[in-house]
Amino acid sequence: MSEKITVAEALVRCLEAEGIKKIFGYPGAAICPFYDKLVGSKIQHILVRHEANAGHAASGTARITGKPAVCVATSGPGATNLITAIATAYMDSIPVVIITGQVSSEQIGRDVFQEADITGAAQPFVKHSYLIKDANLVPEIVKKAFYIAGSGRPGPVLIDVPYDVQLQTIDFEYPESVELCSYKPKYEGNKLQIKRVAEAIKEAKKPLICAGGGLFSAKAGEIMRKIAETANIPVICTMMGISIIPTDHPLFMGMIGMHGRIAPNKAISECDLLILLGARVGDRAVTAIKNREDLKVIHIDIDPAEIGKNLPVSIPVVGDLRTVLTQLSEIIGTQENADWVKYLHELKNNDKRQNFISDESTNGVNPAVFIEKLNKLLPDECVISADVGQNQIWTANSIRLRGANSPSEENVSVGGRFITSGGMGTMGYSVPAAIGAKSARPEAEVIAICGDGSFQMQSMELATMVQHDINVKIIIMTNNRLGMVREVQTNNYENRLTAVFLDGSPDFIKLAEAYGIKGGYVNDEAEADTALENMLKSDKPYILQVKVDENERSIL
Amino acid sequence: MKHTISILVENNAGVLARISGLFARRGYNIHSLAVGVTDNEKISRITIVAEGSDYTLEQIEKQLNKLIDVIKVRSLSADKLLARELVLVKVACKPVQRTELIDIAEIMAAKISDVSPDSMTLELSGNQNVLTTFEELLSPYEIIEIVRTGTVALQKGSSGIRV
Ligand SMILES: Cc1ncc(C[n+]2csc(CCOP(=O)(O)OP(=O)(O)O)c2C)c(N)n1
Repeated sequence: MSEKITVAEALVRCLEAEGIKKIFGYPGAAICPFYDKLVGSKIQHILVRHEANAGHAASGTARITGKPAVCVATSGPGATNLITAIATAYMDSIPVVIITGQVSSEQIGRDVFQEADITGAAQPFVKHSYLIKDANLVPEIVKKAFYIAGSGRPGPVLIDVPYDVQLQTIDFEYPESVELCSYKPKYEGNKLQIKRVAEAIKEAKKPLICAGGGLFSAKAGEIMRKIAETANIPVICTMMGISIIPTDHPLFMGMIGMHGRIAPNKAISECDLLILLGARVGDRAVTAIKNREDLKVIHIDIDPAEIGKNLPVSIPVVGDLRTVLTQLSEIIGTQENADWVKYLHELKNNDKRQNFISDESTNGVNPAVFIEKLNKLLPDECVISADVGQNQIWTANSIRLRGANSPSEENVSVGGRFITSGGMGTMGYSVPAAIGAKSARPEAEVIAICGDGSFQMQSMELATMVQHDINVKIIIMTNNRLGMVREVQTNNYENRLTAVFLDGSPDFIKLAEAYGIKGGYVNDEAEADTALENMLKSDKPYILQVKVDENERSIL
Repeated sequence: MKHTISILVENNAGVLARISGLFARRGYNIHSLAVGVTDNEKISRITIVAEGSDYTLEQIEKQLNKLIDVIKVRSLSADKLLARELVLVKVACKPVQRTELIDIAEIMAAKISDVSPDSMTLELSGNQNVLTTFEELLSPYEIIEIVRTGTVALQKGSSGIRV
């Protein structure tokens, strides 16, 4: 049964029909009709303090639920402010539906006040986009947007709605499903290819699984772990794959890449069979294998365009990871590989650099020691949101997430989860993403870990946390430097340090206080335990300012 | 190497921008591009001639396939290619020169599409080589303007690219 309502109201009803409970946004004149219809809706609107953070928060929610999440902005500057967030979601294949207001249809193209061609500007960073011209198509377009964002290789989808269209009345009926003749993601893997995979695993003496973020999208963490256990295959991961398997799992060897540890990087340069699962094999992750001609590579991914893009592949399999790995698990046998696993284990356990102790005497808190103290207190149900920079590397390499798992059937992640801006490396991601994660998983302890540089790109969101009572904890690794860039200058530019000093930064605890948020200082390791306990005890937002030596390294 | 790629797309607003944007963004060079509707008015067929290695071609095809509006992508094999371009050449032409130009048109099987007291416009369709020869034959004359379409192409034989 259809009924007559305005497009603005239809948009709200579409979101309700999609099961959306919270949206993140920032209003303006061009999106006012939509906001007007939020009044009285069950959907909670969380007002962020910058549009980019609405996008990041939606991304945080989407990572946790495994389903598309929604952000909203007005036309012009509101929409362009979103671009970094859209690009960040795109690079990490996160399903986000973005709704923007647009100037009235008859004004489009005239450079009127707050007009921006956002579908054009965002085009390189969206999976798809719509500029709505025909009001009657709104329900179908929203349904398509959610379907496209969340299926296949997920990604952001933008819907730009002109002001006059929002005010038009349409016959509303939300479609149950949509068909796109030009978009039919492939889920099942080719049976013959999967048989070849099983055979290759059987023949291999030193097989290795490299787990990427695609396993989260496909909710394939558990089946991957089963396969690894059955055939005794060690697992390493990319930055995006951290926490897909518990970090203390006996088969888990760590994160690869220029910032990774010895065991995973040795593993990847010495294995005879590399099984890439939902990993994009980004340039920073694969320097070690570029020249290995003898290496057999299996690549399983839902996006055929990723296979063979950065690395020659011996056995490609296109399909949904959970479906393909389930197919594989039915034909795979048990296997020994004991020497290989033992060898990697020893490497991992004997890694003296585990603690990232810098050459200089540390003036402050050793970040790895600090993270280890956090590990000891961290509840199993948690989300760690790491920013970008040294803080990200320290966290990625040292965080221990017990019972980590991918989202289950019900699309709710359980256990400890790690999230970060892997592909884009967007500073200012951790706090808004944590806000999104906490909104989706209120029962979990959600902690953002960032640097003093990146914190100042997102500190306005403290207000969002207070206003909406979002209990996110923030740890600021304070080295008074743009540490990662400082390290590059030290290593590659003869230590000519420029534009990396953060003098002028506030006392973050005083800043927090101004928002009514409590916090504490950690100036040496002795203070860490109590401070962490206080933070975790609090059922309100809480901030720790952790003093870290300016010469601390992330590359060893 | 040059590749000829046929793309069937949904006739939605912005589809051409998405496709040309993709080529630009990924550093693929477009030689020529031709677009027109098919027998189904909701579907257009785009023919793109692009330069690149086999690796590049594979990437182009895969990336094009990812665009939601793209229904089908096929690279046409060079040995079975039936490719055509159309050229219109407006040549300055005094009445005394007309017969010379008519001769050229006849030899090349070109049409004379427009004549004025001091110009003549010739029209020819054919493959690239034919068009290039034609342009060479006309080069001694004063060419007022010249316009050439992108290549449209299909594969010889009974198979076809359809939805
Ligand atoms: C938006 C954005 N701008 C610039 C950069 C480049 N960049 C990468 S790491 C980094 C320094 C980060 O400093 P800080 O947040 O203090 O963290 P630290 O490295 O000191 O832990 C910069 C500037 C980036 N990744 N993102």
